[in-house]
Amino acid sequence: MSIIKTISSLAVSAILTLTGSQLMASETIKIGSFLAITGGASFLGDPELKTLQMYVEEINAAGGHAGKQIELVHYDTGGRAKDAVKFAKRLIQKDKVDLIVGGSTSGTSLAVMPLVAESEIPFISLAGSVKIIYPVQKWTFKMPHTDAMAAAKIYGDMRKRGISKVALISGSGGFGKSGRTQSINLAKQFGITIVADESYGAKDTDMTAQLTKIRDTDAQAILNFGFGTGPAIVTKNVRQLGIDLPLYQSHGVASKKFIELAGEAAEGVRLPAAALLVADQLPDSDPQKAVLLAYKSKFEAAHGPVSTFGGHAYDGLFIALDAIERAGTTDKAKVRDEIENTKGFIGTAGVFNMSPQDHLGLGMDAFKMLEIKNGNWVIVE
Amino acid sequence: MFDQILQFLLTGVTVGATYALVALGFAIIYNASDVVNFAQGEFVMIGAMSAIALSASNGLPLWLAIIISILITVGVGMALQRFAIAPARGASVVTTIIITIGASIFLRGIALLLWGKDIFALPHFSGETPIHIGEATLLPQNIWVMGGGALMVIGVHYFFNHTTQGKAVLACSCNRTAAHLVGINVSRMMLIAYGLSAMLGASAGILVAPITFTSYETGVMLGLKGFSAAILGGMGNPMGAVAGGLLLGLIESLAAGLISSGYKDAIGFVILLLVLFFRPSGLFGKASADRV
Repeated sequence: MSIIKTISSLAVSAILTLTGSQLMASETIKIGSFLAITGGASFLGDPELKTLQMYVEEINAAGGHAGKQIELVHYDTGGRAKDAVKFAKRLIQKDKVDLIVGGSTSGTSLAVMPLVAESEIPFISLAGSVKIIYPVQKWTFKMPHTDAMAAAKIYGDMRKRGISKVALISGSGGFGKSGRTQSINLAKQFGITIVADESYGAKDTDMTAQLTKIRDTDAQAILNFGFGTGPAIVTKNVRQLGIDLPLYQSHGVASKKFIELAGEAAEGVRLPAAALLVADQLPDSDPQKAVLLAYKSKFEAAHGPVSTFGGHAYDGLFIALDAIERAGTTDKAKVRDEIENTKGFIGTAGVFNMSPQDHLGLGMDAFKMLEIKNGNWVIVE
Repeated sequence: MFDQILQFLLTGVTVGATYALVALGFAIIYNASDVVNFAQGEFVMIGAMSAIALSASNGLPLWLAIIISILITVGVGMALQRFAIAPARGASVVTTIIITIGASIFLRGIALLLWGKDIFALPHFSGETPIHIGEATLLPQNIWVMGGGALMVIGVHYFFNHTTQGKAVLACSCNRTAAHLVGINVSRMMLIAYGLSAMLGASAGILVAPITFTSYETGVMLGLKGFSAAILGGMGNPMGAVAGGLLLGLIESLAAGLISSGYKDAIGFVILLLVLFFRPSGLFGKASADRV
């Protein structure tokens, strides 16, 4: 009897979902995305795209979001700002997407912001620079912590260790430059003096010249803002030159690749990063833990080691979908209002509480200070 | 201060040795066929990437992986000559150069499909314990780069000046028709030139891969720097290209250390422009004269 009951209820639900999806077929949610899937920033765009595809597929297979199928339209910018503008235009005018989740790099995100504002379409950026949300622009939101928050977190940790003189070395790309500016701006507030300010090109292969200069200053710690091969080479060069100072990296190296490349030299390096990297080390009481472990195991089952960057795409996608659900429509203005109303959303980067003045909604507690020990991250707070 | 400068010099020579090998590859093909081969950087990448793929994923011992990957790259270089350059025989030099640019994009695409977008590192050949010279340090791998580079430069020099094959390649560059008339197999000499360039590129890539890491697009930057070095030294002169490479490495390192790391590339290019302004054929190039 009970078997018949289950079968019949299954059948009914199957029919319901079938008719449901047929009824809604004309009404899909169209999410547009432009990401740096190839090029120097592909380590950002690649996991971001994989994350978006993975979840869109899963939601659609389960009958869609609130009965609506999701259609993902994505383009590869290669990290180039002018391509980002071109593709954003295409997403808005030709593909007629309901909202945009994308922009792996700060450069590409900043470049499309005027277009987004003019076209009045919600845009959730996955890039780091604080300039994306400060000053607040009505149609643009952002998921990752800002570089200013990273610098503040690092300075906070330095003060705890009694460090007040810092040597700065940064990549000449957008991320490194922006990080450098924020680090210099915030230094005074934390009572930190910058005693050296060096830089290197994104594709440089040797930084010993810059570090030799730093070695001869009275710096008590070295801070490196950058991503890609640069920070790994800096880390190796620091050890090669026998510099014993504490080395701080930014959240730009928050992936296993960095540890793999820098090898033993990475031991003792500290960096601020989202809790995702150390999900299994969090106490069970942490509200983020369940979300983080679920995302981590899902991503790792399909694509290998998780990085925080794909996590930002997860946050962006679900904040957008939640907003659409609350709005009960894909009307752009209403969805925008609801994204701004996001409260208590537990994402991979932290707990989001947005407001008209804050289009990021993350607090400082979203960052953890990590140290690399035995080829793994350890929380040091 | 002296220790600092010593460190800058060591850094400069290591970086310069890589540029020199890439520049030498440019010079050899240019010498043999008047073509600037913009796929030279891709040889560097293919050498390094296949060595990593063979040693890491296929578990071959490092030395065997290195030999095989050099052979692979030489094969790619010869295939490039045979299937892309040779069919365009008779086309203008500019057309041929554009073909090499196309080939470089093609090779990069293949590498992207084969090995993905990740960054890889080759293990150091003989450990990572720094060697101290006064206050300055260098890695055993730096010595490998300098030593390997020097050996190859000597080898190339010997090949061109003391072997019949080498002289035959040179003869093709002097006068292709005349070389053909005296019985030199010109198309074979072209194959040798491309194969040799590919070998130099691959060796450079493998030697520096432990220090600099590598990905499918490392060839772009190294190709550009090697090209600048070849121009600086004088395009048609192999030893000039080597000197140009070392000089460019030293300029960059000293500029980063003594002036400003932000402007080191700019300083390198300003010096390049100045040299071209006063000596259009490069520091060691012979001024070209057209017979009327």
